[in-house]
Amino acid sequence: MSEVKDTAANQERTALTGNEAMAEAMRQIEPDVVAAYPITPQTEIVQIFSTFVSDGLVKTEYVPVESEHSAMSACVGSAASGARSMTATSANGLALMWEILYIASGTRLPIVMPVVNRALSGPINIHCDHSDTMGARDSGWIQLFSENAQEAYDNMFQAVRIAEHPDVLLPAMVTTDGFIISHGMEVVNTLDDRVVRDFVGEYKIPRNLLDVDNPITVGPLALQDFYFEHKVEQAHAMMRAKPVVQEIAEEYEKLTGRKYGYFEEYRLEDADVAVVVLGSTAGTAKVVVDDLRKEGIKAGLLKLRVFRPFPYEELREAVKHVNVIGVMDRSDSFASIGGPVFSELRAAMYDMDQRPLVTNYVYGLGGRDVDLHMIESAFRELLSIQDSGKVEQYVNYLGVRE
Amino acid sequence: MAVNLKSLAKKPVRISSGHRACAGCGFPQVIKMVLGATDADVVTGCATGCMEVTTTVYPYTAWKVPFIHNAFENSAATISGAEAAYQSLKRQGKIDKDIKFLAWGGDGGTYDIGLQALSGAMERGHNMVYVCYDNGAYMNTGVQRSSATPKGSHTTTTPAGTVRPGKAEFRKDLTAIMAAHGIPYAAQASVGNLVDLARKAEKAFNVDGPAFLNVFAPCRLGWAIPSDAAQEVSKGAMDSCFWPIYEVEDGAWKVNYKPRNKISMDEWMKPQGRFRHLFQPGMEEVRENIQAEVDKQWEQLLKKEDA
Repeated sequence: MSEVKDTAANQERTALTGNEAMAEAMRQIEPDVVAAYPITPQTEIVQIFSTFVSDGLVKTEYVPVESEHSAMSACVGSAASGARSMTATSANGLALMWEILYIASGTRLPIVMPVVNRALSGPINIHCDHSDTMGARDSGWIQLFSENAQEAYDNMFQAVRIAEHPDVLLPAMVTTDGFIISHGMEVVNTLDDRVVRDFVGEYKIPRNLLDVDNPITVGPLALQDFYFEHKVEQAHAMMRAKPVVQEIAEEYEKLTGRKYGYFEEYRLEDADVAVVVLGSTAGTAKVVVDDLRKEGIKAGLLKLRVFRPFPYEELREAVKHVNVIGVMDRSDSFASIGGPVFSELRAAMYDMDQRPLVTNYVYGLGGRDVDLHMIESAFRELLSIQDSGKVEQYVNYLGVRE
Repeated sequence: MAVNLKSLAKKPVRISSGHRACAGCGFPQVIKMVLGATDADVVTGCATGCMEVTTTVYPYTAWKVPFIHNAFENSAATISGAEAAYQSLKRQGKIDKDIKFLAWGGDGGTYDIGLQALSGAMERGHNMVYVCYDNGAYMNTGVQRSSATPKGSHTTTTPAGTVRPGKAEFRKDLTAIMAAHGIPYAAQASVGNLVDLARKAEKAFNVDGPAFLNVFAPCRLGWAIPSDAAQEVSKGAMDSCFWPIYEVEDGAWKVNYKPRNKISMDEWMKPQGRFRHLFQPGMEEVRENIQAEVDKQWEQLLKKEDA
């Protein structure tokens, strides 16, 4: 307890929007290079950070590129040159970066990027869903989801440490729900600049382009004889990231008193029915869980924080006693068997002797509001599945007009 | 001091032999001349294309200077990132060397898919040199047309057929587009005059801010020319005024070579396999049209010099 007290003394209680919190985290990380392009709802991050640059509050070289493709391309060039490099984006901006997302991870460059989640076009829409980040789930980036501005702020620092860890060297994206978190003001406990500086440390990569006395070639052509080995090494790096995520979370908890892990379990321990959610919906769903508990229903929740690397073993362990799980996906994969969280969790449970029943709710696309009643209706359905012992339908669209 | 053949001969060659470019390819000479034009440390990188695939076959590299390849359309953005890293680290006192930055692209990676990234990097004013080696088509993927392909040229996406005599459009004037960015130095050079090329590269490295070089670099495969013809064809392009060499320094245009005996486009095109079909009966009008356009552009260039 005393430790938590001490850590609280170093923090300032303040009110920030999600975007302000992430921009503040970037100021404190003070990357050597930021190359970024504005897009709703990420725009404020770029604007706020630009004011830090204009006011001389950061040493960062700010590159106001002409597209997100060039933002990520410039980050690849700067990160390979030994500079801690960041950008930020949303939706179509992330989609435009797609090609270079794979090059950043394949080149093993620990770039860190806030992604303010927004629905991919078309039709064009500026509001929250997770289709942008989920589309990039196989791009070799570490993916940390945030429930609120505080988590977004905290995830930023941890992302830097995870990405730059010598066992990992992979890029990382930290997500927030567009508008819901990015533009909503909340209480955020911020850290002292010096505390952040000590926590993130110096950017070090094994070799860099500016070491002109030891010239290296980055991004060579690797064909049938070497490409496969590079990719397997990358896959191993992602596996090695898993214990690192936990290690960094524990260190961060000692520093701040705030606990992080692969996921958060909320009243899950003895739950009969539970939902699995990402991001801001967790806050709403926790209220529903509490209400159902008052009725005597053993409802629970699992909020996934780390989607990549996917913590399949820990998830299995956490849900093994649950009778019915409803996985809430804020994106569809158009695969005919549910959204990405559903299919991955379901696959992870395949080898269990006693598997929970599992169904999928695709919800909130394009910022469609998700309210208490909607989540409650999902829970009621989970209860009826529990009674019948049968999942009639894998994919349910929640809150859509029939 | 301006570079010359004697001084160039004494410079260490910063690209090794044994790379896998075709015999008779134009760009290896361009790399030698450009990297030889400065004594400073250089960090370089190129777009996807022949230059990249022939010089960096893992686990080998032909580059004796730090090199990065990222993707096809983003050579300028990538090097602008490297230059930004340098500016940042230098300002922080974490690096004390003087380093120059050099980006490469073929005409496909520069005129077409990389134009946006190039324009952005030039407009932002990075202290970098961008060199386009223009061989007039997507050679690495097997000779497809680009916006640098000359009118009438046979390519695999504008094949000379019974109703279409090769590429229908004239090439884009990229050097003028880059000059219009108001950058301190933009120039057109050629494998046909290597000393002029090295001198321009030296100027490009020495200006404060972005510089652009567009270098005529023959492709023996795509142009269907003998492997010893790069010099001859390059000189012919200058003598026909198809590829004038000129420079734009702080907005002032200077034509570096005015042929005393201008040769016809027919004379220049005829030995090149990519134009062979234009010398079939009935193709006279296409050739006249090409000659008229080249003449017009040459006159316009001379006017820019006088302006």
